Amino acid sequence: MSVVTTLLPPQAPPPAPARPYTLSRFVGSAVLGIWLALAVGIFLTVVDGWDPAKFSRYAPNYLSGLGVTLLLVALSITLGAVVSLPLAFARMSNNKLLSWPAYAYVYFFRGTPLLTQLFLVYYGLGSFSAELKAMGLWGFFRDAWNCALLTFTLNTAAYQAEILRGAIESVPRGQHEGAASLGLPGRVTFFKIILPQALIVALRPYGNEIILMIKGSAIVSIVTVFDLMGETRRAFSRTFDYQTYLWAALLYLMIVELMRNVWAWLEARLTRHLKR
Amino acid sequence: MSGFFSAIAEAVSAFLGFIDPLCGPAGVFRWFAEGTLLSCGDAGWGDEIAIGFLVTASLAVATLPLGLLIGFFIALAKQSPERSLRLAADIYTTIFRGLPELLTLFIVYYGIQILVQNLLSALGYQQAIEINAFVAGMIALGVVFSAYCSEVLLSAFRAIPRGQYEAGYALGLHHGRTMGLIIVPQLVRIALPGLGNLWMALLKDTALVSVIGLSDILRQTGIAARVTKEAFLFYGIACGLFLVLAFLSSIVFSMIEARVQRSEVRR
Repeated sequence: MSVVTTLLPPQAPPPAPARPYTLSRFVGSAVLGIWLALAVGIFLTVVDGWDPAKFSRYAPNYLSGLGVTLLLVALSITLGAVVSLPLAFARMSNNKLLSWPAYAYVYFFRGTPLLTQLFLVYYGLGSFSAELKAMGLWGFFRDAWNCALLTFTLNTAAYQAEILRGAIESVPRGQHEGAASLGLPGRVTFFKIILPQALIVALRPYGNEIILMIKGSAIVSIVTVFDLMGETRRAFSRTFDYQTYLWAALLYLMIVELMRNVWAWLEARLTRHLKR
Repeated sequence: MSGFFSAIAEAVSAFLGFIDPLCGPAGVFRWFAEGTLLSCGDAGWGDEIAIGFLVTASLAVATLPLGLLIGFFIALAKQSPERSLRLAADIYTTIFRGLPELLTLFIVYYGIQILVQNLLSALGYQQAIEINAFVAGMIALGVVFSAYCSEVLLSAFRAIPRGQYEAGYALGLHHGRTMGLIIVPQLVRIALPGLGNLWMALLKDTALVSVIGLSDILRQTGIAARVTKEAFLFYGIACGLFLVLAFLSSIVFSMIEARVQRSEVRR
C-alpha cells in the first residue's frame, strides 16, 4: 500500500490557444485604427490651431448658447407635457368630435419636419402681422425665441401624447377589472393603478423624446436664435475655423451621453421592483 | 457617346415631367391652380415647387439603400465575437446618434470640402472646391440613418433563434447562403416596423438640406415666400407636400408589410 507523501507543486495552466487571425479581427483592428487616427488627427489640428484669444472670445458665447439650448428644451418638454395630457385623452376618447381633431393634430405634427413647422410659425404668421397687432399678440410672435418655444411645445406635445396614449393602452384590461371589482372609483383607479404602470412603460420613450428634442433644437439657429448651434455658426462665419464645429459636436455628444446615462440609471432605479 | 447620354437624360426628364404629380399633364397645380401664384410656367411658382418635390423625394430614395447597407454591416459588426469590431461599431453609433442632424450635415459638408481642398493642394492644384450639396446631404443623412438602422437590425437579429443558423449549417449551406436564404427574410419581417419609422424620420430630415443650398421643397417654397410675401401659403404648401409624402410612404409600407407577412401563421 502506497501512501502519498509529497504533493505535486501547483502547475501553471496550459497556455491559451492563440486567437486566430480572422477577417473580422483584421477589419476590427483596421476600423479601430481609423477611429484612433481620426481622434489623433482632430486632437493635433486643435492643438495646432489653438488660439487663446479665440478661445477667450468665443468660449463664453458657447456657454450661453448651451444655456439657451437647455432652457429651450426644458421649457418645451415641460409645456409639451402639459398640452399632451388633454390631447392624449381626446385621442383615446370614444367621441369622434374629440378623437378626430386630436388625431389630425398628431398626424400633422408628426408627419411634417420640425423645420417646416418653425418656418410656418415664424415667417408664415408674419403674413398676418396686421391681425396679430390688432389682437395684441404681435409682440409675442415677432420674437424668434417665442416662436421657437411655441413650435417646439406644439411638436413635442404631439409626440408625448402618442407616448402617453400607447403607455396607457398597454396596461392590461385585468388591471381595470381588478380595480372595478374592488369598488374603486374611476379617478382613484386612474391615478393609483393605471397611471403608475403606464408611466413606467413610457419612461424610455420619454427619454428618447428628450434626446430628440435636444438634437432637434439645433435648427432654431436657422431662425436667428443663438443657441449652441447658432453660436457655433456665428463663430464659424467670423473665423472660418473648422474647430468651431468640432467643439459644438463635443458639447452635444456630452449632453446626449449624459442624458442617456442618467435616464438608464433612472430607469433601473424605478423598475427595481420588477426585477426577477 | 455624349449624344447617347444626353438622349437618355432627356428621356428621363421627359418621363419625370410626364409623371410629375404637381405640374405634369395630370398635375394638381396644372388643373386647379391656373392663373394663381401656384400656376406652372413663368407666371407662378408651381413648377419650381414641383422640382423641389422631386429633389426631396429623390434624396430620400437615394439615401435609403446607402443607409440600409451601412446599417446592415454595422449591425453585423455589433454582434460579432470580435471585441475590436464591436467597439468600433459602438463608437460609430454613439457619435452619429448623439450629434444633431444639422451639425452632422455641416460637419460633412464643410469637412469634405476642406479635406478635398487639402488633398488637391497637396497634389499641386490650387482652386476653390465646392462639393455637391446633394451628395453631402446623402452622405450625412445616410450616416445618421445607418446608425439608427443598425440598432433596429441588431434587435431583429437577436429575435432570430440560434437554431435557424444551425439548421442552415446542418443543411450544408455556407454562411452567406444561410444569411441570404434563411436569416434575412425573417429579419426583414421583424425589422420592418422599425425601418418604417426610420424612413419617416429620414423623410423629415431631408428638409435640413435646404440649409446647405439644395433646392428641395423647403428652399423652393422659401424663395417663393420671400418673393411673393405670402409666407403662410407657401410654407403651408411645404407642410402639405411633406404630409403627402408621409401618407404615400405609409401606404407603401403597409403593402410591403402585407407582402412579407404572407407566410406568417394566421392567428
